[in-house]
Amino acid sequence: MADIVIVGAGPAGISAAETLCAKGLKPVLIDEGARAGGQGYRRPADNLALDMNRLMGSEAGKYAALHRRFEALRAKIDYRPRTLVWAIDGNQLHLLQDGRAATLAFDRLLIASGAMDRVAPLPGWTLPGVFTLGGAQVALKDQGCLIGSRVAFLGSSPLLALAAKQYRDMGADIAVIADTTPFAAKAAALPALLRAPRTLLRGISYMGASLRAGTQMLHGVTPVAVEGEVRVEALLLRDAQGRERRFACDAVALGYGLKPETQLADLAQAEFAYDPDFRLHLPKIDGLGRARPGLYLAGDGVRIGGADAAEASGALAAHAILTDLGQPQDIELVRRLARQVERLRAFQRGLARAFAWPAAQIAALPDSVMLCRCENVTIGDVRMAMAKELGPIEVNRVKAMTRCGMGRCQGRVCGPALQEIVAAGRDGASAGRLRGQAPVKPIALAAAGDPA
Amino acid sequence: MDAPKPQFRRVAARAGQPAMLSFDGTTIRATTGDSVLAALLESGALIRRLEFGAEPRAGFCLMGACQDCWVWSAEGGRFRACTTEVADGMVLSAEPQLLGGADG
Repeated sequence: MADIVIVGAGPAGISAAETLCAKGLKPVLIDEGARAGGQGYRRPADNLALDMNRLMGSEAGKYAALHRRFEALRAKIDYRPRTLVWAIDGNQLHLLQDGRAATLAFDRLLIASGAMDRVAPLPGWTLPGVFTLGGAQVALKDQGCLIGSRVAFLGSSPLLALAAKQYRDMGADIAVIADTTPFAAKAAALPALLRAPRTLLRGISYMGASLRAGTQMLHGVTPVAVEGEVRVEALLLRDAQGRERRFACDAVALGYGLKPETQLADLAQAEFAYDPDFRLHLPKIDGLGRARPGLYLAGDGVRIGGADAAEASGALAAHAILTDLGQPQDIELVRRLARQVERLRAFQRGLARAFAWPAAQIAALPDSVMLCRCENVTIGDVRMAMAKELGPIEVNRVKAMTRCGMGRCQGRVCGPALQEIVAAGRDGASAGRLRGQAPVKPIALAAAGDPA
Repeated sequence: MDAPKPQFRRVAARAGQPAMLSFDGTTIRATTGDSVLAALLESGALIRRLEFGAEPRAGFCLMGACQDCWVWSAEGGRFRACTTEVADGMVLSAEPQLLGGADG
């Protein structure tokens, strides 16, 4: 029997495992988290008195169903929680489970590594009290905590209004919801968004809830600074009319949409192409999620599509594996999944225009702004290195010269903004792509040296 | 600012065994199941100071990606506060302790 390994136990990984299991296969399902569900459908520990039905709102049914399905599946697969895949070479994964190193060979690898927030730096963004928008939701779902008592939500994402609603429901004051994309751009993207009316309506209902609650919602803002001595005290913005506005707060949640976690796909030798809508380099896949022979990519880890698309794309990739193993498939079912994934991902493409990555704002940031949180590299340091360079300027060269993107996070946080500083107003593709490196997350040297 | 106001505010209670930990000499009460990061930020502590320039940091992504919440353990070694659960008797610090046999 072929050894099939799935990395990531979110909606994509779970539905892939389920599809393979239904055909009598027993995949290995590796997950870095302690409990399955991924980030969006993250399940709190049993001892936390958190009403997930209320928190998940319209998605509560899907959330509960996914966890029920996983429980039914658990004994039938080789499930390995708390396990980091830190390197891939050839057909071998390098794992770290509870501090112990191991290797695992595979015939077919399905990576469903999920996404994280894409963030744009601004003066003061390293102050304690500034967190990612996804992090603000994790604090709530995983720990039953709010990131602050009076929270400002800044970025460009429909998830700003969703997270603000969850926070308001749990008793937080919302200082402001500030979106960098002008309202006109949102209206212009509406036709593309009609492709997934249910998701669109959900987004509109979050915004409606904010308006009814009297929360200030601004569109087309220019972030100026997070202010504070040793922690967040206020968020300073320029509104669409150019007026400076100061919002007192003790926490800021930053989110400019999601970006796929593609480091493992990179190590598994997927090819990448620049996507001008998302302004990101993304792995190339075919209609079923194949990246190259034996490598399959699904979920938000390859294309942002949301939980429903992740689930469908996980099942689709599993069907691709079964097809490649020579098993007959229900063509109609595969076509339906493919259409669903295509439609939901096209919706996200529309969203990427309605909630745009503010490339021009980032390119215009002053030299003094910290760009790389790990290695303390400012935007000015990067511009100075670019001025010294005589040959072609691209991100890997800049990384070698400045250490920007070379720190512990491997450019996960600063990478997208670094691209815009290097592109300096040009096409994002001109900046090149930050190459992934093993280990994808820091591990103790002793563990890497363990005989496998 | 006078008394440190906690960054995190708990809105859902956790039932479980109490866990006492020490961070830079201060005793912190937590509950089994809490992440080290939540325990620290709920108590008014910050997480760490940056190696370059000593500015305070308190984590950022909270999902194990940014690596901006590392703390040091008395046994040597360091770990991410956001993805590590508290354990009763943990002795932690924002910076490596020279006598603790730090490596990492």
